[in-house]
Amino acid sequence: MHETDMTKALILTVRDWWEAQPERPQISQIHLTVGQFTCVEPASLQFAFEVQTQNSFLQGAKLVIRETPLIAFCHRCQQEYQPEIGIQYACPTCSSPMEDIRSGRELKIERIEYEQFNYMS
Amino acid sequence: MHQTFDAALGIDLLHANQAGADHNRTHFDEWGITCFNVMSSPGAGKTALLERTLAGLTPDLKIAVIEGDMTTELDADRLRRYNVPVIAINTGRSCHLDAKMVAGGIHRLAHEYNPTEFDLVLVENVGNLVCPAEFEVGEHVKVALLSVTEGEDKPLKYPVMFQEADCLLITKMDLAPHLDVDLNQIIANVRQMNPHVTIIPVSAKTGEGLSEWFDWVRTEVGQLAGMQSLVVGH
Ligand SMILES: Nc1nc2c(ncn2[C@@H]2O[C@H](COP(=O)(O)OP(=O)(O)O)[C@@H](O)[C@H]2O)c(=O)[nH]1
Ligand SMILES: [Mg+2]
Ligand SMILES: [Zn+2]
Ligand SMILES: [Zn+2]
Ligand SMILES: [Zn+2]
Repeated sequence: MHETDMTKALILTVRDWWEAQPERPQISQIHLTVGQFTCVEPASLQFAFEVQTQNSFLQGAKLVIRETPLIAFCHRCQQEYQPEIGIQYACPTCSSPMEDIRSGRELKIERIEYEQFNYMS
Repeated sequence: MHQTFDAALGIDLLHANQAGADHNRTHFDEWGITCFNVMSSPGAGKTALLERTLAGLTPDLKIAVIEGDMTTELDADRLRRYNVPVIAINTGRSCHLDAKMVAGGIHRLAHEYNPTEFDLVLVENVGNLVCPAEFEVGEHVKVALLSVTEGEDKPLKYPVMFQEADCLLITKMDLAPHLDVDLNQIIANVRQMNPHVTIIPVSAKTGEGLSEWFDWVRTEVGQLAGMQSLVVGH
């Protein structure tokens, strides 16, 4: 359900950007990075996005979600490993606890693709 | 002709909430208040713990409660019996408190009372193991509750909250003898992802573990108050 809130936050941020563009371009794609070690479910986010952008300036825009895996760094082994979410988080080699998360916590709007009339060409 | 362009944003989706949380934390720091965000699944015993905490720590500590997990107005009344301000937040159908909702609560607190009189604000979050951990409300300390009836695997299944908690209270310990629950397994599961968390098994019913919890609260409040007075220069 919090995907609704996340989507609201997403739309507000994109709207701020859009309103600052003199041309008010047609946005075709929004690229997000969503870490696997967050509370966000990409499918729910897609659904909420479709519902909330109907009849808005984002009508027809596509949400492209890149998921990043949970990657931790074990200081004892001096190497990265991928914890198995839901099963085991400690280092599979030496059982040290997961302390240093290198990837998987991201919730980011990376970039926007938009169409615009180009006078130059 | 129409061309496709690209604009790099690189903005955190939770940016607005984070800014709101910082706003709240600045208030707390100015007022010399420590804020605890108390989180758990529904029914793990947050309100029962808060009742015991108010009974055990007031009036030595001046406490106010921000109640975001109201099933009925009865919950707030249960807490008001301890003569502390209880600010009820209407969360609508939201599955977590966000910084803006809590801002409304603390502005009300500041309007109705002298906020500098308080030492501790306890925020009872919406009962949910998933997202309250993701939406900071301006707290200094995250407290997670897990009742013994919920099973050893919950920390593995809902890791974000347990990974971020500063203190984990394993609640309803009085029920443990009646269940097939392995306390050491719960602790090991949490330590896999959060080795430094303080873990205290408690029972709001029998009082087990509560003095250890009270000591922990006093220490946290004392340490933070020391830092706040250095920064603000009171
Ligand atoms: N046996 C036992 N029951 C408890 C304890 N703490 C809370 N409960 C019960 O668990 C239920 C939910 O408690 P409550 O504090 O409302 O949980 P909340 O939803 O997290 O606020 C109530 O029926 C409480 O009486 C405890 O330490 N032992
Ligand atoms: Mg409650
Ligand atoms: Zn939520
Ligand atoms: Zn290792
Ligand atoms: Zn304010």
